[in-house]
Amino acid sequence: MDVLRALTENRLWRSVVRHGVRGTNRNRVMLVMENIFLHLHSAKVRRRSLEISSTYYLGGISLTLFAILTITGLMLMLYYHPSVPQAYDDMKELQFVVSNGVFLRNMHRWAAHAMVLAVFFHMLRVFYHKAYRPPREFNWVVGVVLLLLTLLLSYTGYLLPWDQLAFWGVSVGTNMVKAMPVLGPAFRFLLLGGNIVGENALLRFYVLHCVFLPLALVLGVAVHLWRVRKDGGIAGSSGLRRADAGKIP
Amino acid sequence: MKEGEDRREGTVTRRGFCQAAGLSACALATGGAAAVSADFLRPRVLFEPATTFTVGPPDAIGPGAVLDFPAYRAFVIRLPDGFRALSSVCTHLGCITRRDPDVNLIACPCHGSRFTLDGDVQSGPAPGPLRWLQMALSEKGEIIVDTAAEVPQGTVFKF
Repeated sequence: MDVLRALTENRLWRSVVRHGVRGTNRNRVMLVMENIFLHLHSAKVRRRSLEISSTYYLGGISLTLFAILTITGLMLMLYYHPSVPQAYDDMKELQFVVSNGVFLRNMHRWAAHAMVLAVFFHMLRVFYHKAYRPPREFNWVVGVVLLLLTLLLSYTGYLLPWDQLAFWGVSVGTNMVKAMPVLGPAFRFLLLGGNIVGENALLRFYVLHCVFLPLALVLGVAVHLWRVRKDGGIAGSSGLRRADAGKIP
Repeated sequence: MKEGEDRREGTVTRRGFCQAAGLSACALATGGAAAVSADFLRPRVLFEPATTFTVGPPDAIGPGAVLDFPAYRAFVIRLPDGFRALSSVCTHLGCITRRDPDVNLIACPCHGSRFTLDGDVQSGPAPGPLRWLQMALSEKGEIIVDTAAEVPQGTVFKF
């Protein structure tokens, strides 16, 4: 404790974190209120809402997976050129030449699959707990946008290895876009930057995948978490305490 | 009632005028920026492969031949009534179809659509027939197919 005190009660520490480590209620609130990374979350939450059956931690799991994806994705970007046919060679190099490249790539891949799954289960949890009801209906809409962004991130990442699966997956997907009434063909042209899935399409998907969509997702998540706090915390299963659960048929 | 609010209906206050002018300018600038950005997203020059390719002299193609050009995504077929060029891009979701010689049909590997040599859908999810393509003779007397130029279904070329 003396070491902790010495570390936290000097001028340097106090210039960064303005409160000590005393475990008072006020201090706990200050810890959250004065921290930009924690302030989106409530300073105080009900004990019930921290139980696993309230949320199954699915939102937190999604966010953690997004953090993993951001870090591994940034590292993959150091060895990847979004050009034809270099992209495929880079992917192979990551698999077979770069130290731990295959581990990073697999981590990115599996985290991406897991994130889609986690976000989907998060949505189911919210639905079955009726947590979309007022006053949380707007946050449900934000959540739907976040689900779409997650799927789009997954889909734009699909093209980047530039293998047969990627090429035909995106050929088929962008032809679905073309089926959209009136705007379809023009939208497909803009998305691909041309008439075929080629160099322009790879670059556009790369920019969407690495810059535009992650930024949009971060913004959306910030609104989502802030809104949870403003809507009175998370809505758990039923609000009943476990002791009372059996009493109502 | 505050000063300046007791004006007659229909008169424009200085503040109201300035607000309207300011908002209009903002709307104009936003609309212009959006239009310019949309224009920016449309490539003006495309470095895509040429859509025309040379097949060869007509005599080199025997009657009944079905030639597959997967690189250009087209079939060149010679039947008794003449030549025809069919796009090999499936009308369902854009996969490249292949000819199945056992049943003399054109089949898509992605979702199982099948087409006759006239391009008509025989089975599967494809919503329409394969596109028929423009054919022409070059100065050297070789057949040229343009995969970007569609002709009505049933357009047979005689060379």
